[in-house]
Formats: sequence, structure tokens, C-alpha cells
Amino acid sequence: MKKSNLPQDKSDLVNFTREVCYVKNENGKYEAELSSGWDVKTDALNSAWQDIANRIEDAKNLFLAGHSSPIHYYMELKLMDYSVLSGYTGFWKWRIKRHKNPKFFNKLNERKMQKYADAFGITLIELKTPIF
Amino acid sequence: MDNFRHIQTAHCENGVTVSLLKHNGVNFITEPLAFGLGSGLFYIHIPFMKVNNGPAISFRTMPGAIFKRTCKSLGIQVERKKFKSKIEAQNLLDEKLKQGIPVGCQVGVFHLNYFPKTYRFHFNAHNLIVFGQEDGKYLISDPVMETTTTLFPEELEKVRFAQGALAPKGQMYFPKTIGDISEETLRRAINNGIKRNCRDMLYIPGGIAGVKGINYTAKKIRGWRDKLGDRKAALYLGQIVRMQEEIGTGGGGFRFMYAAFLDEASEILGNDKLLNISDQFTKSGDLWRDSALQMSGIYKGRLTSQKDYDDSASLLNEICNIEKEAFKQLSKIVIK
Repeated sequence: MKKSNLPQDKSDLVNFTREVCYVKNENGKYEAELSSGWDVKTDALNSAWQDIANRIEDAKNLFLAGHSSPIHYYMELKLMDYSVLSGYTGFWKWRIKRHKNPKFFNKLNERKMQKYADAFGITLIELKTPIF
Repeated sequence: MDNFRHIQTAHCENGVTVSLLKHNGVNFITEPLAFGLGSGLFYIHIPFMKVNNGPAISFRTMPGAIFKRTCKSLGIQVERKKFKSKIEAQNLLDEKLKQGIPVGCQVGVFHLNYFPKTYRFHFNAHNLIVFGQEDGKYLISDPVMETTTTLFPEELEKVRFAQGALAPKGQMYFPKTIGDISEETLRRAINNGIKRNCRDMLYIPGGIAGVKGINYTAKKIRGWRDKLGDRKAALYLGQIVRMQEEIGTGGGGFRFMYAAFLDEASEILGNDKLLNISDQFTKSGDLWRDSALQMSGIYKGRLTSQKDYDDSASLLNEICNIEKEAFKQLSKIVIK
């Protein structure tokens, strides 16, 4: 890539940092140059976040319909997969899967619920009754 | 530490390597050089595995390898430690800082609050340097940031003990003993770095890694539209572009960085042929950027036909051929 072709588009990096890219200068030599962003990848990032928003919405609707527990909703909200949540709570993955079911979730004792609440960075009350 | 100097680089692990080595008197080290010595260029598409609900693709070698290989090739001993106990992890860090030793730490990005919110996924192979303490905060040199930052002890603990795939487990590392690095050692290190990179890209068994892995992805892309539907297929393409271009690759999935390395190598080894191969990697990087542009047309919803997917895939096939040829020539040049 030529130095003159390096995109300087607006992105979420603005006010945080600019990123180093390797470009060829006028003399055909490589040098490191800062870029504020490139629309092509900003769009990719945005579409990933749009997908996350959809997943959260789906989880919310499943919870409201009584088909899934708040665990499912908060996992989507906090972008967690089973291995992340398992790491933070110490629960095995198959148990977390079970706890996504409201029937099993409602039977959990406070201590276990607290573990989930801590992992999500929320209070026990927020865990039991999510506010959307 | 008064004498620690923050250095911004494209990629975090290269950056930590460069900063820590420079701090220890290895003045000739640059990011492309560290990347090349560590045989950083790679490609892998792991089937059946999902990362953030998209395909698992990487344009570089595995986390930790660059620091390890680069140090080893220059005869530098490294101390590396993982922890079970958070208290022990902090104590040893404090002890090293008191001795005036800047320390590299592996961290998770999700709770790293000086990052923009939209960049904070559960990604656990980020690296930064802790280089001191001030007013109850740790001084942080994060190589992808333009300036230094700070973290409170509890914030640092949280990111050092992030959970999930590649959990850092408080891992910290720093160079221990650095001898005199002769020009001969450097030449040999460059040679070996290139040789290992040729091996990884050309001869790795199976069809999902090395240059062959690029064709594997191309094949997959041709099938995505029918198999996954427009929306999901577009998301998958977006994931490829992010792995390729987001913070840390220096553009074109590290290909420009590798071209820069070959430029430097040509100067150090006095071998003009490397310049020609460097150009081939520049070409490859440019094509990666072209394919990103093509893919963005799809995930922006501007392009929707099967032909648009096929065009992206064809670009990848072309890239595969270019890189294969480049590495073949490269493997013939570096001998001795």
C-alpha cells in the first residue's frame, strides 16, 4: 500500500488512539504511519455489533416469553460464550446450559445466583429481574 | 522507572517484544524485524470452530510465539510465569517493578477500559507492559496506544485474570539475560526466521493452514451464500475482514509488515533478491485489501449475487498463488 492511499476515515478509535500501518513512502521504502480508521473495517465492526444487538433482542424476547432464563439474556448482553462464563463462575458448561432453562434457574440458591451476578458484573436483583 | 520509553507499534506482541528488548539495550530491533525473527506470518482457518459466532481465522502465528522465538533466536533468556493466585501474581509484579524491570503481561481485552467500547470483546491474548507505579496506579505501556495509560490494581488484576479461551492466568514475562548480540547472530536469526516461516506456510500438513488454508477459505466462501443465507454469510465475511485489518495487523493481514521485514533483511544480509520478494508480499497485501473492499460490498448489502461471493473467493485464490510462489523463492534464497 502506498502512503498516499492509507485511509484516514473516522472510526471508533477517534479520541482513543490511531493505529500503526505499514506503507510505502514516496521513495518506495516501508515506513510506519498512523491511520485513524478505514470505513471498510468500520462497517465490518458495525455489522458485528448489529448482529450482537439482534441476538440480545432475541434473548430478551425468549426471556419475556418464559422460554429462557436471564442467564441466556446476560450471556448475550455481556458477549460471553460458555467457556468465558464457565471460567468466571466455576460452573461446568453443561450446568450453565441447564441454567438457561427457567425451570432450573429458578431452583438455584442465592449463593449460586450470586456467582452468576458477579460474573456478569450486576446485582442479584438485576439478575433475577433484568431491566431492559 | 525513568528510563522506560513507550513505543507504539501495529501489533501488541511485537510491540512488547520491541519495547522490552530496546529497554534492555537491543537498539537495532524494530517491529518488522521482531515479527520476521519470530516467523509471525501465517494463515489458518480452523473448521468447526467459532470465534464470536464467526469463522476462526488467523493471519499470524499463535500468541506468545513471536516473543519467544525472537528472544531465543537472539540468544536472550526469558522468564515467564503463570499464576494460580492473584495475590502472588501481584506480589511478583510489584517485586520486579521495584527492581526496575518493566514486565510484559498477557491480558484480556473485555475489561480493558482505556479501549473503545466497540473493540472490547472477550479476547484474551492481548499484551501490554507494566513499567511502574504512581499514585496507587500502575503505569501501562500498551503498544497499540499512542501514549501510555494507567490502571488501578483491581483493574489490572481483572484483565490479568480474564477468563475464557486463552485465559492469561496472570501470565507475565520479561527478558532475563541479554548477552552481546553479534552481527553474525542477527544474520543467522533472520535466516532461521525466514526458513521457519517458509516451512510453516508451505509444508504444514493438512489443507487448512499455510498458503493452502487461503484456498480453503476461498472454497468455503463460495458455499456460504447458499449454506448460511445472506445475513449470516455477510457476517462471516465481516469477521474475515476484521481479523485481517483490525488493530494490530499493520494492514493487509500482516503482509505489509512482512514485506517491511524483508526490506530490512535485505539490507542486513546484503541480499538484493529479498527486495523483489518483498514486492510480492506488498502485492499480496494489496490484494488482501482489495478482497476486503469486495467483501465490504457484500456486508454493506450493496452486492448480493453469488458472483460477488465468487469474486471474493477468486481474489483469495490469486493471493494463495502469489504467496506460495513468494515463499518458494524465499526458501531458495536463504541458505547457509
